[in-house]
Amino acid sequence: MIPQLLRQFFRHLDGPLIGLLALLLLASVSVVFSASGENGDRLYSHLSNIGVALAAMLLVSHIPPQRLMQFALPVYVIGILLLLGVALFGVLVNGSRRWLDLGITRIQPSELMRLALPMMLAWFFHYKQETLRGRDFFFAVLMLLIPVAFIARQPDLGTSLLIAASGFYVLFLAGLSWKVIAGAAIAVGSALPLVWNYLLHDYQRQRVMTLIDPAADPLGAGYHIIQATIAVGSGGVAGKGWMMGTQTHLDFLPERSTDFIFAVFSEEFGLIGNLFLLLLYAAIIWRGLQLAAGAPSLFGRLLSGAIVLTFFTYAFVNMGMVSGILPVVGVPLPLVSYGGTSMLTVLVGFGIVMSSATHKKLVKT
Amino acid sequence: MLRLINPQQEFLRYRRRMEIAGGIAALLFVGLFIRFLWLQVVQFDHYHALAENNRIALVPAPPSRGVIYDRHNTVLAHNFSASTLEITPSKAGKLEETIDRLSEIVAIAPGDRRRFKKMLAESKNFESIPIRNLLSEEEAARFAVNRFRFPGVEMKARQFRQYPLGEGFAHVVGYIGRIGEKDQVRLEEENLAANYKGTDHIGKLGLEARYETWLHGRTGIEKVETDSGGRAVRTLSRTPPVAGYNIYLHLDAKLQQVAEKLFGDYRGSLVALDPRNGGVLALVSKPGFDPNLFVDGIDVATWRELNDSLDRPLINRALRGVYPPGSTIKPFMGLAGLELGVRKAGDTIADPGYFTLPGSSHRYRDWKKDGHGMVDLKRSIVISCDTYYYGLAQQMGIERMAGFLSHFGFGKKSDIDLDGELSGLMPTPAWKKKRFKQPWWPGETVVAGIGQGYVLTTPMQLAVATMTLANQGVVYKPQLLRAWRDPATNKLSYAAPQIVERMHFNPEHLRLVTEAMVDVTRPGGTASIAGANTPYQFAGKTGTAQVIGIKQGARYIESQVHARHRDHALFISFAPADNPKIVIAVMVENGGHGGSVAAPIARKVTDYWLLGKLPEVYTPSEPEAAEAEEEEDSPDAGLHSPVPVTADALIEGGAQ
Repeated sequence: MIPQLLRQFFRHLDGPLIGLLALLLLASVSVVFSASGENGDRLYSHLSNIGVALAAMLLVSHIPPQRLMQFALPVYVIGILLLLGVALFGVLVNGSRRWLDLGITRIQPSELMRLALPMMLAWFFHYKQETLRGRDFFFAVLMLLIPVAFIARQPDLGTSLLIAASGFYVLFLAGLSWKVIAGAAIAVGSALPLVWNYLLHDYQRQRVMTLIDPAADPLGAGYHIIQATIAVGSGGVAGKGWMMGTQTHLDFLPERSTDFIFAVFSEEFGLIGNLFLLLLYAAIIWRGLQLAAGAPSLFGRLLSGAIVLTFFTYAFVNMGMVSGILPVVGVPLPLVSYGGTSMLTVLVGFGIVMSSATHKKLVKT
Repeated sequence: MLRLINPQQEFLRYRRRMEIAGGIAALLFVGLFIRFLWLQVVQFDHYHALAENNRIALVPAPPSRGVIYDRHNTVLAHNFSASTLEITPSKAGKLEETIDRLSEIVAIAPGDRRRFKKMLAESKNFESIPIRNLLSEEEAARFAVNRFRFPGVEMKARQFRQYPLGEGFAHVVGYIGRIGEKDQVRLEEENLAANYKGTDHIGKLGLEARYETWLHGRTGIEKVETDSGGRAVRTLSRTPPVAGYNIYLHLDAKLQQVAEKLFGDYRGSLVALDPRNGGVLALVSKPGFDPNLFVDGIDVATWRELNDSLDRPLINRALRGVYPPGSTIKPFMGLAGLELGVRKAGDTIADPGYFTLPGSSHRYRDWKKDGHGMVDLKRSIVISCDTYYYGLAQQMGIERMAGFLSHFGFGKKSDIDLDGELSGLMPTPAWKKKRFKQPWWPGETVVAGIGQGYVLTTPMQLAVATMTLANQGVVYKPQLLRAWRDPATNKLSYAAPQIVERMHFNPEHLRLVTEAMVDVTRPGGTASIAGANTPYQFAGKTGTAQVIGIKQGARYIESQVHARHRDHALFISFAPADNPKIVIAVMVENGGHGGSVAAPIARKVTDYWLLGKLPEVYTPSEPEAAEAEEEEDSPDAGLHSPVPVTADALIEGGAQ
């Protein structure tokens, strides 16, 4: 009786994916513990974040895609309105307007867009699947650009690019013409000098310059990159051992339990650990893409595919940033970094992936 | 343009796109892996070294500087430990703000800030710079509690140098000061810079400068693990510092203080030597200055005051004050006359009160207007007859005179173990030609005969010359250093006396000159008042050196001359004459007559040394008690100690 209930309870979860995610979360717990300097509170809070996010994932896996689809448009519209609110009434923190003060709590509407945008676009293509025309791609691009432009204006270039990427994945998987992709690439490429000169803020330009020559400002902007690269490089093949990272434990690494946690991992577990981590990520992505491809609905396929590819993007950008080949943008290492929001968003995303793959084919509307 | 969608086709396109995306993702991961290979395998050594550099700091452990003692282990220079607050600029963030916040916890005077700024401008970024010295215990405790609020600020125990006897010893002991740019350059040239890491003071003057390498010691190194705030987390390894040598002087602090007090308000200098080994018993230069002012940077106003003072307190008169020797040259001239065969002991001259060169009407006056009547060599010294020496010098000639006197150290540095000594001048025609491009005039020889004209000596040279006389021709190098102790081995080593030259004079001639000098301090001599009732034989010679020239026919009347234009009073002595234990040269600037001003000082110093008798003007201020030293190994053992010992015992014993 009880086993049957349990099976019922977990029936929308995918065993192999859950196993891989669990492995990654295990790694996360150990690194966060090390990075926080054996801080029990931090560990406890991390574990409860994971618990909450896993529960949310389980919950979401029970929501059938057709129900989810109903949320796509309203959530997107609310998101746009909130972004408009941020632009008008947002709270200025560190020179950028990202937060909206609702009186009770502050929210960051750009976080909502991480899921709302691909959901909206997936729903749009699903809705149009019988009658898709070229100009629908034009509308889709518009739907993508509106929130991206808002977020870029905040300014939060990193987030806006990542959200643009998640939207682009939907378009790409939906069959955006190669000509358009090539045209857009050329257009972006030729606009880069203009963007560099007129649209980028000084601190953003500095981040890019710092990437090219971190030593120019070793105690300022270059400090993060230099110390992170030292941590990664000094890890060597086998690493310094868990809890033995000198860069970590002697306070040289900044942001070491959040955005720079990969440096901690690299320092303590070395190249072997990194290989293991890359393979783990690759396996999760592989399994995710398999599930996405197996989803019965177009909505499910597009959304799941975009979620998995976005997951890849975050992992890649974060590791690239920590190892000094990408500029410093505020991107956590998905499922490893300490931080509740990111944990929740990513696991809810995988909940959607699993839900889309396991719910029966919809009746066409 | 409606498009027919074949679900099968659509699904295939989706799969293809996904494969492309997956492929790109895989490629990017491979790219990352290559980056990791680069960082963690190819560049591993580089980053490993950087991480170690981050982690491990080599903290120099400065040695404690050697202590300077006098012959009775009285401390002349020592160290004490106190807490300082220091800021490492590269780790402290905004300095102004940090200092402002610090000032809420410990008192920081505007002067502290100024000094900090000055040192900041001179320093390298990674060095810590003191913002406050000598923290009180309360302040130290308050900072310790608030330490976490101040990254890059540390409390350090530092050693401070102190000169407990202060002013009177500044010219001998000197002082240490902050290592300046010039010192740094020199240290680097001499390859000593590494040994000075963590040390910020260096000997600048006196013994502190001369024995710098001994006093400084060897810097130790502590390997510590530090966090990013620069704070030591734990010590990994440690090479302890080796303290500098303690040095022990021939100098007697009390004798020096006695001598200094005897000068009263006069400026001048006194050098006392032990004729048996050249040890410097006292080296006074008045006025002195407080060396403690210089240790942590003297402020501009005080420095200017010292430097601009007409009294020139910063000049070590014993080594750098050059004066005409005046009549103190006469015993040496007399000996020269005898030794060179220019005069015999019994030769007499009739002194009319002046001397003229053949074919000239210019009168070289004797100090006694009407002359001394019949004068032989002995009497010429006792009464200090000028006319006798005018003639003697003329007969001897300047070349022979300079040649003989230079053996006594006239015109030559004594090579005492202090820097900056001047060599004085023993003139020759060759020198004059070179210096002024002029021939030598016979009259210049005449005045040189009574120690005037071009002849210049330092008090140290006069003392060395007198010591040579007392030693019957043996010239010792004057030495302050008597012994040193290497704290590593705790072994005490003695500085051997150094003989510069050993001359052989006819003992009869020496005896004659010595007897004449003893008679100087007896009734009828020029220092008879100062020499009255000595229980020992007190050999001396007075001298008076002109500061300004007196016109022909005019007379020098002391009361009419500006105080700073008055003659310098000079006196040289040694005693007991039959077994000399102390040689003294005294110069009192603008003191007037040697017999009345300089000689009493020498007498009282000699009394103190030989008899343990304190002069009446001396109000004893006990020098700091010596630190307890192990008795038998102490350099004090068997040393002459004037105060508690009776005169007889002293004259018999004490030789070393």
